[in-house]
Amino acid sequence: MREELLAIVEKNSRIDLKELAVILGVEEIDVVNELAALEAEGIICGYHTMIDWEKTSIEKVSALIEVRVTPQRGQGFDNIAERIYKYPEVTSVYLISGGYDLLVTLEGKSLKEISGFVSDKLSTLDSVLSTATHFILKKYKDHGTILAKKYEDTREKVTP
Amino acid sequence: MKKMLSDQIVALKPSGIRKFFDIVSEMDDAISLGVGEPDFDTPWHIRDEGIYSLEKGRTFYTSNAGLKELKEEISKYHKRKQGVTYDPANEVLVTVGGSEAIDIGLRAVINPGDEVLIPQPSFVSYEPCAIMAGGVPVIIELKAENEFRLTAQELEDAITERTKVLVLPFPNNPTGAIMERADLEAVAEVIRKHDILVMSDEIYAELTYKEKHVSIVEIEGMRERTILINGFSKAYAMTGWRLGYACGPKEIIQQMTKIHQFAIMCAPTTSQYAAVEALRNGESDVQEMRAAYNQRRRYLMNAFREMKLECFEPFGAFYVFPCIKEFGMTSEEFAERFLAEEKVAVVPGTAFGDCGEGYLRISYAYSLDNLKVAIGKLADFVEKLRAEKK
Repeated sequence: MREELLAIVEKNSRIDLKELAVILGVEEIDVVNELAALEAEGIICGYHTMIDWEKTSIEKVSALIEVRVTPQRGQGFDNIAERIYKYPEVTSVYLISGGYDLLVTLEGKSLKEISGFVSDKLSTLDSVLSTATHFILKKYKDHGTILAKKYEDTREKVTP
Repeated sequence: MKKMLSDQIVALKPSGIRKFFDIVSEMDDAISLGVGEPDFDTPWHIRDEGIYSLEKGRTFYTSNAGLKELKEEISKYHKRKQGVTYDPANEVLVTVGGSEAIDIGLRAVINPGDEVLIPQPSFVSYEPCAIMAGGVPVIIELKAENEFRLTAQELEDAITERTKVLVLPFPNNPTGAIMERADLEAVAEVIRKHDILVMSDEIYAELTYKEKHVSIVEIEGMRERTILINGFSKAYAMTGWRLGYACGPKEIIQQMTKIHQFAIMCAPTTSQYAAVEALRNGESDVQEMRAAYNQRRRYLMNAFREMKLECFEPFGAFYVFPCIKEFGMTSEEFAERFLAEEKVAVVPGTAFGDCGEGYLRISYAYSLDNLKVAIGKLADFVEKLRAEKK
């Protein structure tokens, strides 16, 4: 049940527990226990809401920043990653294979705020060798959800 | 003017679904539970392969029986799933949907007056295809108490010396019934005894929710007398690509290929390239869709239990077949009133044979959110009817 449960709540964390039990074909108490176990084990780490900020009047700017760093002896990249992810405006930090080391995503109110963060905070860190900032212009798809288009049922209504 | 039309065709009963379709399409705001096709889009990698084949200019006929690569993949698929070997060169024919395979399969084996056994409720085209092939359809009425499976006794009782072929439509549209290995072994014994052919329509083979689908060709002595029909529509959500196939003994496939060659030429080339991709890399898509259907199936069964609507638990396809006999009206009356009063379309069981009377086909090829709305309306309607009866 674990895998199927995770697949469902990953897409819809607001699903009703009773309904979850029905569609999984198990008892509600089993779902409750399994979710609690998944949370305790740190497998489920949070429940988020996807928001298309574009459709609101609230200004938001997001950027992806490629960061090249010098790994530290005994620490590898963990130390520098931690120094970066502690900033609340940083939404994610990934260690990446290939041409650079860390991929940092950032959310801010304006271009200025983001460029300020990069020039004042990020590039001044000791082990940071270089950064490349890419501003996000439009989100077509996020977390497996297509934002650009709404689903429409175009099938004939009754077919054999 | 001389008589314009063929008597045989004029005498064919039009599909019972047609009438309903006409009413529903007039209504803009009707919700439908009436479709017989997946709600998923064809997985993108499969569509992409079709597009790529167009870009590369693969816009010509393929050989009559189908692309060599595709026939090989089909053969491998059945080796993998059933452990049965079909020679891709002589024993596989790619058709325009499973529907074409039904038509030409019957035409290839029937002589005038041969009887074709058709268990019902079942897909709408077996009976007319049998008639158009010059055969005589003999209906076997499946029963709810057997979960709409075909029993050896029912088969035995229907066989005469004119019986030529049994159509075996499992997993079943519209009931959702399946045949498990023991069921198949029992009917296989009767089939061998009377030396008849089988046309096994397994278009829903990938959509079973109990154990893995078992094909009749896995049962001893059946492969050499069976036309196995399958296709891409239901498993890979590819209905509009119109692609199916038949596997069987060389002698039958050869004759079917002859009809196909004159009537159709070859199945759509773009679809064939896409289908190669589906068979090579589509397994995980099928698994995902199957899991989603199963969740909806459980949701519906639970909803029926809650509204105390009688329904056997189906383990195949994407249909449930609840019983509405308690309301004292025909399937058609129920469906018409439900549509008029609640604006939800379901298909009367009688569209799939007279013995579908008293049942409805409800499709769960819809998102859970859609199902919830529609089933909520069904619960209201059922309550209303029960109140009326009091």
